[in-house]
Amino acid sequence: MRRLTLIAVPYLWLLALFLVPFLIVFKISLSDTAIAIPPYTPTLDLAGGWAAVRAFLSQLDMENYIWLTEDALYWKAYLSSVKIAFIATVLTLLAGYPMAYAMARAAPEWRPTLLMLVILPFWTSFLIRVYAWMGILSNEGLLNAFLLWTGLISEPLVILNTNTAVYIGIVYTYLPFMILPIYSALEKMDDSLLEAAEDLGCSRLTAFWLVTVPLSKQGIIAGCFLVFIPVVGEFVIPSLLGGSGTLMIGKVLFEEFFNNRDWPVASAVAVILLLILIVPIILFQRNEQKQREAEGLDVFPLSMWSR
Amino acid sequence: MVSLTLGFAFLYLPMIILVIYSFNESKLVTVWAGFSTKWYGELLQNEAFLDAAWVTIRVAVVSSTIATVLGTMAALVLVRAGRFAGRTLFSGMIYAPLVMPEVITGLSLLLLFIGIGLDRGIVTIILAHTTFSMCYVSVVVSSRLVSFDQSLEEAALDLGCTPFDAFRLVTLPIIAPAVISGWLLAFTLSLDDLVIASFTAGPSATTLPIKIFSAVRLGVSPEINALSTIMIAIVTVGVITASLASKRASTRQQAEERAAMRTS
Repeated sequence: MRRLTLIAVPYLWLLALFLVPFLIVFKISLSDTAIAIPPYTPTLDLAGGWAAVRAFLSQLDMENYIWLTEDALYWKAYLSSVKIAFIATVLTLLAGYPMAYAMARAAPEWRPTLLMLVILPFWTSFLIRVYAWMGILSNEGLLNAFLLWTGLISEPLVILNTNTAVYIGIVYTYLPFMILPIYSALEKMDDSLLEAAEDLGCSRLTAFWLVTVPLSKQGIIAGCFLVFIPVVGEFVIPSLLGGSGTLMIGKVLFEEFFNNRDWPVASAVAVILLLILIVPIILFQRNEQKQREAEGLDVFPLSMWSR
Repeated sequence: MVSLTLGFAFLYLPMIILVIYSFNESKLVTVWAGFSTKWYGELLQNEAFLDAAWVTIRVAVVSSTIATVLGTMAALVLVRAGRFAGRTLFSGMIYAPLVMPEVITGLSLLLLFIGIGLDRGIVTIILAHTTFSMCYVSVVVSSRLVSFDQSLEEAALDLGCTPFDAFRLVTLPIIAPAVISGWLLAFTLSLDDLVIASFTAGPSATTLPIKIFSAVRLGVSPEINALSTIMIAIVTVGVITASLASKRASTRQQAEERAAMRTS
């Protein structure tokens, strides 16, 4: 009985506030836009009995999805989101791996402090961290002032409101997500393996490629998914740092909903976004599961907080 | 060493610059015109920001507390309950919100609230925040539960404790650090959230991130710099205090364990 309550309470909560809302999104994505409250049709009238349900079902169609394939804005936004997320993930990996590596090599008494320095920005508002770059990257911003002062450039660079600013913002805000899983994989590495490789004639670089990188593979995979998946649907960074040329689907969805009030199309955009992300989400969960079963470690950086 | 210096400079310089410029006399954020705290004064006069801050804090306290209870229950289910019908769906629903794009979560909750005729306001924001942060709590708590020695709880049961007492007297004190960090995490996530709150907030309740976002959309403002500095200061003090406290607690726990080993 007790066990049943324990299971039922969180289960029902998630069913009601996580799963059911998705089914509603799916249903509305099959409806038509209408000038009404709520702004879509048909609405289900359960009091009408079975006939009403049948009439309701017959009015649902794939029209919004067809519309999405016909209007170039949407599929371009999907493609561009995936592309931006992919490039940003690679950049974050390139920036994060050396840091994670250096942290794992640091003297053990320093590691908790370094770890805290990486985690601290996590606790600071995401919005504020993105906003901080607006003052740095703008035309009269500090970066341009500095570069002009050094004489490296004679005219301010346009960075804010371009994709470059979006990449900087993503790398900056998502860096801890990349560092933590890689660090937790590297920290457990046995240094004698590297010595053995070098004794057997590997150069340091080959030893790094053949020993260190494969041993941190799980961490790299986890870090990349943790960056890639949320970035595809990112809204704050493209709205604050990106420009009119930055096309990202999270922003399109937000505007479709709030500015155009087109709920059925916004819902269809969300369903497709979810379909795009379902494969990486499943791969990510597999990777986590494998890691937990194989070594009993948890590469998900959240576990860092419980220590 | 070089990579760490560069990396931490990259992580911290933007925030340090933000803090420095919040004390700038000039309205132009990029020109330094001398030290001043006038933007803090103006911020404290700004009723709209203060109202939003109060809503945000209430939402964060309530949602993180409910999320901690639900998330701890969910963690117990994940780690202890064994097999039951719908287990895969359950763990899927725990892990999915962690990586779900916020726009989708926000949209789906809004459509639910409209569908059941719940007026948007502080209650709907709390429901939304509780739902996604309970998943974070359950991940944090379950990673602690996995390493927990279950025989301790079994011993308590053998000695006549009810299951609830065994949980309260044995399990809970041991997983408490994880439960507390889960609460803190849920609290910060709630304070921080812009996208989900934008969907679920109504005209009667606006949160601080929504206010900040609409202000900074128009460009950099010294008042927002001041507000950001206050938030950064609170977080920094909070995190450092929490980590010192947990360090002291774990040293004490180790000492007690050693003492217990000696006496047994």
